[in-house]
Amino acid sequence: MSTTKSSAVDVIPFDQALADFEPVLGLEVHVELGTQTKMFCACPTAFGAEPNAQVCPVCLGLPGSMPVVNRTAVESTIRIGLALNCAIASWCRFARKNYFYPDMPKDYQVSQYDEPLCSNGYLDVTVQTQDGPQVFRVEIERVHMEEDTGKLTHEGGATGRIHGADYSLVDYNRAGIPLIEIVTKPIVGTGALAPLVARAYVTELRDLMRALGVSDVRMEEGSLRCDVNCSLNRPGDPWGTRSETKNVNSLRSVERAVRSEVERQAALLLAGGRIIQETRHFHEDTGRSTPGRSKEHAEDYRYFPEPDLVPVAPSDAWIDDLRTTLPELPSARRERLQQEWGISAFELMSVVNAGALELVEATIAAGVDQAAARKWWTGELLRTANDRQVELSDLPVTGEQIARIEALIAAGSLNDKLARQVFEGIIAGEGDVDDVVAARGLVIVSDDSALIAAIDAALAEQPDVAEKITGGKFQAAGAIVGAVMKATKGQADAAKVRALLLERLGVAE
Amino acid sequence: MTGITRAEVAHLARLARLELSEDELDHYAGQLDVILQSVARVSEVATPDIPATSHPIPLVNVFREDIVQAGLDRAEVLACAPAHQDDRFRVPRILDEE
Ligand SMILES: [Zn+2]
Repeated sequence: MSTTKSSAVDVIPFDQALADFEPVLGLEVHVELGTQTKMFCACPTAFGAEPNAQVCPVCLGLPGSMPVVNRTAVESTIRIGLALNCAIASWCRFARKNYFYPDMPKDYQVSQYDEPLCSNGYLDVTVQTQDGPQVFRVEIERVHMEEDTGKLTHEGGATGRIHGADYSLVDYNRAGIPLIEIVTKPIVGTGALAPLVARAYVTELRDLMRALGVSDVRMEEGSLRCDVNCSLNRPGDPWGTRSETKNVNSLRSVERAVRSEVERQAALLLAGGRIIQETRHFHEDTGRSTPGRSKEHAEDYRYFPEPDLVPVAPSDAWIDDLRTTLPELPSARRERLQQEWGISAFELMSVVNAGALELVEATIAAGVDQAAARKWWTGELLRTANDRQVELSDLPVTGEQIARIEALIAAGSLNDKLARQVFEGIIAGEGDVDDVVAARGLVIVSDDSALIAAIDAALAEQPDVAEKITGGKFQAAGAIVGAVMKATKGQADAAKVRALLLERLGVAE
Repeated sequence: MTGITRAEVAHLARLARLELSEDELDHYAGQLDVILQSVARVSEVATPDIPATSHPIPLVNVFREDIVQAGLDRAEVLACAPAHQDDRFRVPRILDEE
């Protein structure tokens, strides 16, 4: 393994890197299909089962066992291909990818090599720029079928990693689960938008898989995984040597992985170094990657047609049938929602970028006005999610809860400031809306006498303000209103406090 | 016609994790060479209008419905392995792979 070190700096700022270099990206996304059974055997695929509880002679590679292709997995792959505007092969085969590693008990993985089921498609993705939404067409090289591998745990040694481990433990539950690999053609011309385009692509792909109902696409459970290929070249020069970053396990990290790789490669190149073709591992905690094994050559896998399986040859009639099962795709859905909600493209993009489209839709379905639904999800709740470095959909807040909060606001017992405290309570696990309201005593003080007492106290503390107001300087009222809001811990209606104050001083605006 | 080189045999042996002595490398390179030349002779006979096949029976689309069936008993499966621990197969440490 070679570790080329830059002499001076490890990374340089992203903007500085982009001043000298153009990035070329390639994204390989693996999607575990949500079929009931594995790709070549009838073992269940449920996540989180006891180790090795979902195995049989086929997925354990026992002698004499014979694989049979899962029809639903083929149909799902064709539907994915159609949704990605791909050509569907009229005839294709599986191939054995040979390698020596215990994550596959057979010492090979059944995959597709030079005959992918789907090829030459595209997916349009939209990113937000200073000049408004911009559409990039990401071209798809291929979509092929393969089987997932088993899970290894490295034991002994200090780090839990392979290096220094005394031995490894293997769980083959995941081995043989249908896996779809979607590979892009080189993505060029994105410049400084490269990290955003990468994230938008994986997001769009995830939403597409979800709309198709072919996978639960949970990155945290590994049912959607992304490898990021990245190279840099000076404008006009041929493309540079690329690295492949693995272990990119969240949408946020897709963006971070591209950014950090651009920064690393640019620093290395500017220091006179050379990029080596290697696999790197992304680390969620640091946002940086470290080198892994140097890339094996394709010929080392000694691919050859899988002799235990016959070719897949979908007829035109079958493909046409599957085409009729395609649902409304995410891009069409966004257009429809923009119309229904009566909002601008920019406003819609804010919702999409926040990852809030489904959440806002569910909130509106729960009876909340579209503007209010958008306001909460792309405002307070998005800030909270960002602070906690989680996706918006990971927050334990539902559309029904927002509907309840909005009802309390409409009834005059909550204001936005108190509503924020309700969300805080829900997220802290203090229960549902009414539980948090009761436990924290969150209610607008509408009792006039309590407010008047607070106003009197504030006026007594700032006698000069009263004079200003009675003298016609109404903007001075803000100081008293602020003091009352503070005294009531935000539990007063500011407009009402102001009205009561003016009434108390016997003046009118 | 030259078939396989000694270096290629050494490379294949490494991929298959086979430890071959210098004598064995020479021995197998010679044997594999004969096999490759025999296969090459068959290729000469094949004409372009005969497509290569990977399966003796001209079948396509043999599928299984997506219905779960019982697999193997875990205790029985693990008992077949040379070593196991915590319901998992235990394998020797893996070197030079990461
Ligand atoms: Zn199985």
